[in-house]
Order: sequence, then C-alpha cells, then structure tokens
Amino acid sequence: MPIEVRIPTILRTYTGGEKAVDASGATLSALIDDLEANHPGLKDRLLDDGDLRRFVNVYVNDEDVRFTGGLETVLNDGDQVVVLPAVAGGV
Amino acid sequence: MLRLDRTTYDAIVAHAKRDHPDEACGIVAGAEGSDVASRHIPMINAAGSPTFYEFDSTELLALYKDMWARDEEPVVVYHSHTATEAYPSRTDIGLANEPGAHYVLVSTAVHGNSEGPVEFRSYRIIDGVVTEEDVSVDDTLLAPAEQ
Repeated sequence: MPIEVRIPTILRTYTGGEKAVDASGATLSALIDDLEANHPGLKDRLLDDGDLRRFVNVYVNDEDVRFTGGLETVLNDGDQVVVLPAVAGGV
Repeated sequence: MLRLDRTTYDAIVAHAKRDHPDEACGIVAGAEGSDVASRHIPMINAAGSPTFYEFDSTELLALYKDMWARDEEPVVVYHSHTATEAYPSRTDIGLANEPGAHYVLVSTAVHGNSEGPVEFRSYRIIDGVVTEEDVSVDDTLLAPAEQ
C-alpha cells in the first residue's frame, strides 16, 4: 500500500497539477528520492544541502517531522504525508 | 483587485493594531476558485517579533486541513509591518508560496495601537514578481458569519 503525499499548490507544477501523489519509502529521505524519480525537480524544492528547507514543513500523520527524526522519520504503508510551505515573512 | 467586506477589513486592521509592535498575521479563506474572501482566521505569530512573522507549524497544518475539508483555499494572506511601509520585503517575496492569494500588508507604523488610519495595501506575488492591486472595501458585501 503506497503512502499518499499531499502536494501544496506551489509545487503542483511538478505533479501535473495533482493535489496528492502516491510514493513509497521506508524513511522520509527514501520517500523524497522516490518522489524525485517520478516528479523531477521536487526534491530540490524540499531539500537544501541535504536537509529539509527551513521554510518547508513536512508532516507524517499530522506530526511535524522536525519532532520525529527529520529525514530519518520512519514511514509505514498507509501513512499520510503532507507538504506545506511555511506562511512566513520578515523585514 | 481585492474585494473585502467591511467586517473582515475592520477585523484585519483591529488585529494589526492589537498585536503592534509585533507583526500580526492571518488568512481569509474562501471557496476554492471563487476569489471570494469569506472566512477570517487570525493566526498567532509564532515568531512573536516586530520584524518577522510565521504561522506555528502545527496550527498551519490544522488550518489547511480545515480549509481542505471545507473545499476552501487561502484567498488573502495578510501580515502587518509595524515600523515600515505596507510593502512586501525581500523575505516576504521570497517566502510567498500561495500564487493564487492576495497578499495584504497593513502598516501600523504611524499610529501603532492607537486610533487612526493604517496603510492597507494588497499585492499579487508570483514567482518573485510583485504587482500591487486596488483594494475595494464593500459595505454591501454580506459580512461572513463569525466563527
């Protein structure tokens, strides 16, 4: 059973307009590689220098992965992953 | 052009004044594809700062899940500038990730928490390009139900 990944509006150019895509991987890191294989360019929008970008939030089953091990967060079939850009700004 | 009902406009201004000198932030959601700003959701500035704003990541997810359940999207994304003009900063532009939204900037620099007019301006920010647009506050638009 695949893992559903919810894609934010700004990144749907990489998924042909799809709001959600299926992917697989034992960890978030592996899942992102799998996403990249099918939707080239996506990885660079999520990672910077091998780490999650500061202003991109990724949630696994409603938990911000920053609190669950980051890219090493373990995934299981049927998990729900949500990608949301931060709503932020500053002078 | 951004059209807002009077109640929503006043609520955004009141929020900006209340949180001054910290930046205030929030969203006005509306039915997907409608471009009608109908549900004002003031958010907490997790940065608690006069120069930066950021929605708390847990509240951000809850907000978006709620909008998805209602078939809504962010029609307006607003925040205040408390010492500078109501124009998007370079950081604001770089972090503008809702290409369909109206980005509203409210400046409380002149009157702070006090009575008095604010600068209230709206922009489209797409691929780093800022385009200002008119704001029409329409007294005839129905006020949205309070949450």
